[in-house]
Amino acid sequence: MSEKEEPLLEVKDLETFIPTSKGEIKPVNGVSFSINKGEIVALVGESGSGKSVSSLSIMGLNASAIQYSKDSSIAFKGKDLLKLKEKEMRKIRGNEVAMIFQDPMFSLNPVHPIGRQIAESIVLHKKVKYKEALVTALDLLNKVGIPDAKRRLNDYPHQLSGGMRQRVMIAMALACDPQLIIADEPTTALDVTIQAQILNLLRKLQQESGIAILLITHDLGVVAETADRVLVMYCGKIVEEGTVEDIFENPLHPYTRGLLASVPALYGPSKEKLDTIPGVVPNPLELPKGCNFVTRCSYATEKCSQNAPTLLEHPAGNMVACWNALEEEGGIGHYETAASSIT
Amino acid sequence: MSIGTVFKRLMAERLAFFSFIFLMVLVIISIIAPFIVPYDPIEQDLMKVMASPSAQHWLGTDELGRDIFSRLLMGTKSAIQAGLFAILIPLCIGVPMGILSGYLGGVVDDIFMRIVDGIIAIPAILLALGITGALGISLWNAMIAIGIVFTPQFARLARGQTLQIRSEPYVEAAKISGAGAGWIMLKHIIPNIAPPIVVQASFNLSFAILVEASLSFLGMGAQSPQISWGNMIQQAYSMINMNAWMIVYPGLAIILTVLAGNFLGDGLRLALDPKYRKT
Repeated sequence: MSEKEEPLLEVKDLETFIPTSKGEIKPVNGVSFSINKGEIVALVGESGSGKSVSSLSIMGLNASAIQYSKDSSIAFKGKDLLKLKEKEMRKIRGNEVAMIFQDPMFSLNPVHPIGRQIAESIVLHKKVKYKEALVTALDLLNKVGIPDAKRRLNDYPHQLSGGMRQRVMIAMALACDPQLIIADEPTTALDVTIQAQILNLLRKLQQESGIAILLITHDLGVVAETADRVLVMYCGKIVEEGTVEDIFENPLHPYTRGLLASVPALYGPSKEKLDTIPGVVPNPLELPKGCNFVTRCSYATEKCSQNAPTLLEHPAGNMVACWNALEEEGGIGHYETAASSIT
Repeated sequence: MSIGTVFKRLMAERLAFFSFIFLMVLVIISIIAPFIVPYDPIEQDLMKVMASPSAQHWLGTDELGRDIFSRLLMGTKSAIQAGLFAILIPLCIGVPMGILSGYLGGVVDDIFMRIVDGIIAIPAILLALGITGALGISLWNAMIAIGIVFTPQFARLARGQTLQIRSEPYVEAAKISGAGAGWIMLKHIIPNIAPPIVVQASFNLSFAILVEASLSFLGMGAQSPQISWGNMIQQAYSMINMNAWMIVYPGLAIILTVLAGNFLGDGLRLALDPKYRKT
């Protein structure tokens, strides 16, 4: 990955509003990031941190209730997706950007055989006959590792197991050779052994076909295993960004540290209680004045409650939005993480 | 679930099986009736007025000496035609209205559903009478009237089902594959909302036959010399003091057909249920 190459996807100052009767909420509040060709980027955060809204913005599928600020832009291969008409957007969806969902149990249409569902997006985008599309579908099923694919082509979703269905979802996403796949918690609904298989499959596909993947997850184990780069989101903002090694070995933001500490360690002395981050995500209608994390941060100072920090580069290599981390190098003390046991 | 499995399950239900056979026989009769009737159903034989059942006239003759069996067979045609045509109208108008309302929402939904509310506000038979009154009295107009009366039910059912299916992840997934609204409605919504609509249609089929008979009985449907079970009952009704049997045949035909339609509907509901278990 060369740094000079134009990124495949560049999200700039993405800001969304939802007007409600009690005031405006901003599910995504000034998020910028980019994904290069063939890169796996993980977007990590709690529920309500704005992960899904960001990803749906890329697909242009946010509900009409969501409004974007003027400066928001999502450039995919130089085109601003937010300014495209629905008809042009439809050409990109499924064709150049595809998506894999969290729950394969409900993401397949129960009344159609799976072969037909994979062929659907091929027929929609490439001007081919349904029969030719089925041939491609068969190849795809083989590619994602479904045994006896030819027979499976005519199976209905209920005849497949969860892991198989997720493979079918991946085959559907791959149908038109997209350059970017957004995987929204692709393994959350699966058991652990299947999780590993699916992640390996994603990794393999990325290595073979050079597809970039935006992996949305709250599972740090998944991140460590799969991603190249990590974005940590909190309350609609990116609070830390860095390579997997940087984030796991030298997390700078207290929130990232808290997330890592709340993962049980496999090795080392066992703790009686798992670390948690105190408090809950603040109400989006009553965000604190300064840093969004100030109410839950044990390092918070006067400055933190007055001014919101911006994402800046730290000498250690990570980008971080935290006054403490930025001002005193290593100022919040050396940190032992459970991460070493994960990586 | 393929059509084959549904059919197999349906045939496993005894009542539904017999109802299906019975209705199929009626459909065949309705097509071939003009060729198999033993007598011309409107030919009068005044020498044999109100004859009792015999080898020549299986069900006897009416007050004008016409063969009741032949008339019953020809009446099947009106009944089946009315039933099928009257459910075709809501299927072709009501269901698309409901799907568009449910899927697009907004103004489309408001307009369609207010129309539907308006139709529902008027009692069914009254509305059917009004429409036939306005269009002119004939069997076809009666069928159109029945079709319009049924439209709201189908529109509401389709809308409700669409609202439910619309938020399913696989519809979202189809959107993400680049499918437009038309494609999604055609390929994803319709196949998924079909089962309840098929069940509703089979119940309405028998109700339509009943309404057709009622309208004909009231003189607002089939007009003589056209034969309908409804106007057969009406004629027999005026002769009830002299020959009570005449009213039994068309009455029985209506009862059996309506029952068969309902049993078929019940059977379909079971057969289309994904949690089906053989009873």
